[in-house]
Amino acid sequence: MTNPDSQNQALTTAQKVELSLKKRYRAEARFKAFGLASICFGLLALVVLFSNIIGNGIGAFQQTDIQLEVTFDKDTLEIDDASDAQQLAIANFDGVIKNALKARFPDVKSRRDKRLLYGMISIGASFDLRDYLKAHPEKLGSTETLWLLADDDYDTYYKTLKAGEPFVGRMNEKQQAWVQSLLDNEQMKSSFNTRFFTSGDSAEPELAGILGALVGSLLTLLVTLLLSFPIGVAAAIYLEEYAKKTKLTDFIEVNINNLAAVPSVIFGLLGLAIFLNFFNMPRSIPLVGGLVLTLMTLPTIIISSRAAIKAVPPSIREAALGMGASKMQMILHHVLPLAMPGMLTGAIIGMAQALGETAPLLMIGMVAFIVDIPGGVTDPATVLPVQIFLWADSPERAFTERTSAAIMVLLAFLITMNALAIWLRKRLERRW
Amino acid sequence: MTEAALKEAKQPSEINLESGPDAGEHQTVGAPFHDNAKITVRNVDVFYADKQAVFDVSLDIGKNEVIAMIGPSGCGKSTFLRCLNRMNDTIDICRVTGSIKLEEKEILDTKIDVVPLRAEVGMVFQKPNPFPKSIYDNVAYGPRIHGLASRRSELDEIVETSLQKAGLWNEVKDRLHAPGTGLSGGQQQRLCIARTIAVSPEVILMDEPCSALDPIATAKIEELIAELSENFTIAIVTHSMQQAARVSNRTAYFHMGKLIEVNETEQVFTNPDHKLTEAYITGRFG
Repeated sequence: MTNPDSQNQALTTAQKVELSLKKRYRAEARFKAFGLASICFGLLALVVLFSNIIGNGIGAFQQTDIQLEVTFDKDTLEIDDASDAQQLAIANFDGVIKNALKARFPDVKSRRDKRLLYGMISIGASFDLRDYLKAHPEKLGSTETLWLLADDDYDTYYKTLKAGEPFVGRMNEKQQAWVQSLLDNEQMKSSFNTRFFTSGDSAEPELAGILGALVGSLLTLLVTLLLSFPIGVAAAIYLEEYAKKTKLTDFIEVNINNLAAVPSVIFGLLGLAIFLNFFNMPRSIPLVGGLVLTLMTLPTIIISSRAAIKAVPPSIREAALGMGASKMQMILHHVLPLAMPGMLTGAIIGMAQALGETAPLLMIGMVAFIVDIPGGVTDPATVLPVQIFLWADSPERAFTERTSAAIMVLLAFLITMNALAIWLRKRLERRW
Repeated sequence: MTEAALKEAKQPSEINLESGPDAGEHQTVGAPFHDNAKITVRNVDVFYADKQAVFDVSLDIGKNEVIAMIGPSGCGKSTFLRCLNRMNDTIDICRVTGSIKLEEKEILDTKIDVVPLRAEVGMVFQKPNPFPKSIYDNVAYGPRIHGLASRRSELDEIVETSLQKAGLWNEVKDRLHAPGTGLSGGQQQRLCIARTIAVSPEVILMDEPCSALDPIATAKIEELIAELSENFTIAIVTHSMQQAARVSNRTAYFHMGKLIEVNETEQVFTNPDHKLTEAYITGRFG
């Protein structure tokens, strides 16, 4: 190594290239490795997220039942005809359950212990008994062995026992002994929690279901889609095909881009001011929720629709115009069909955003505690992300479980929606 | 070639490319006018925003003649062609002044409707641009939007005769419902021609129709142009001087937005009147 310059001069071009090659390949390998590492990081985050949610939420799909000898005693029920719906409605099924519990645990004597004992069975169980007696009116007066829904404290305790985890909860030693006694007699079991998918929200975690929020989300999104897609596409077509390039259209364009970046809670405040205060629409309804989310998703749909329209090759427009097609015919026959896949992509991104949106809906009162499943866009409702927010706020362990389960339902909803859109796009996609 | 010879060969083009023919006034030499004119163009200027692209062009296009427009890239020949069916309307910044008459009708009049005009003056583009639809729908598109066929059978007939005239029928008759974009480049261009003639225009404008095609496909299109000239008036822009010589009756030479010379094709290629035309056809620039 005397003089690098003189050495370099002695080398031919091929040799110089050879020398630089190794360095280039190393750089390329680093470049590739960096991309791969990024993907791995993303996948890892996804796996952690999913395993955490599924690990927490899987329990919500199981409910705990307790077997009791239930006597449909006429005197306790205070009725004499089980086929009479009116009598059934006022019948004292709670008393029947209390009697059954007393019979199962005859040692419990003190008032405090009795109250604890009666808490073992969910208050929802009396409705189940009513439905049972309604279906079998001839059972009035007889004694049946039935599985009744357990209260959430017992449910949580049973699940931790099964999983072998240390228990932290509100169960004293007597309660734990009762559970042990039930377990010894195989009078406690887990079953699939259909109630979670068929009922609305409830203050009792074991009775709370996701259906109300699911239907609320569906109705809200329906309103959003029906409004934002046509409006967004029409605006995009006008801006792209008809509007002349002036200061005004530039101003509109800049502001559409700005709107896409406005925090969603501001749209909620706007909705509160306009739809609720000015137009006096009712609170908590999917119609208003859909209107607010329409405002929020419109910029996304307009921007992506414009990009899709721009991507239609000019040769196709010229061909149509050259044939003597009017501008509207050119747009309807050629531009729109070719731009539709891109527009759908934009719409689905907007819808996915809308589905996961919470903040603006809080502003218009969709955060209310609503038990009934909404039947239309003007019924009070809540939506999935708000339901998750509400449950996440509750202290009961069973609600924590249901929070994760609701997240799973939300993700499943999202994936179904996206899959549908991708399928639709594939069908519409044409090559030119 | 020696350096001196190269310099000599380049000289005229260099001078002329910088200053144009005669910077201010200029006169088109040869025979720009025609006794039996289908299209009469007088004093047409075209501007893109502030930049003038076509300068004071006056020209007649005769009935059932094939007129070729040649010239170096950027000389304004395509821009001029697109004036003839108002395709320049689609470019916001483009402005056309002067007078263009299709027989008696002034087509630069902003009041006239471009839809029927474009049905009368059809256009074939540089790059084959069939619609992403079936072959049948491509040809049937024009008749459909203009309401030329009241029944399905009528439409079928129009499609068949148009494809026959375009020399494509035998190749595609068994797959009329296959996508038009699945054809080869030459077939696609003939499909575009079939699509254009399906509305029975009187004039067909062709903007370098063969520039994206191989020699065999080009030969077919040229043959087709010769056949079509029996029924249609054709104006064709081309970069290939051989093509202009083969297909056209008259040839117009454009240079830097000015129409330099119009003459019978044979004369343009054997004995041009203008020294710029001569320089171009002998390949000294272009």
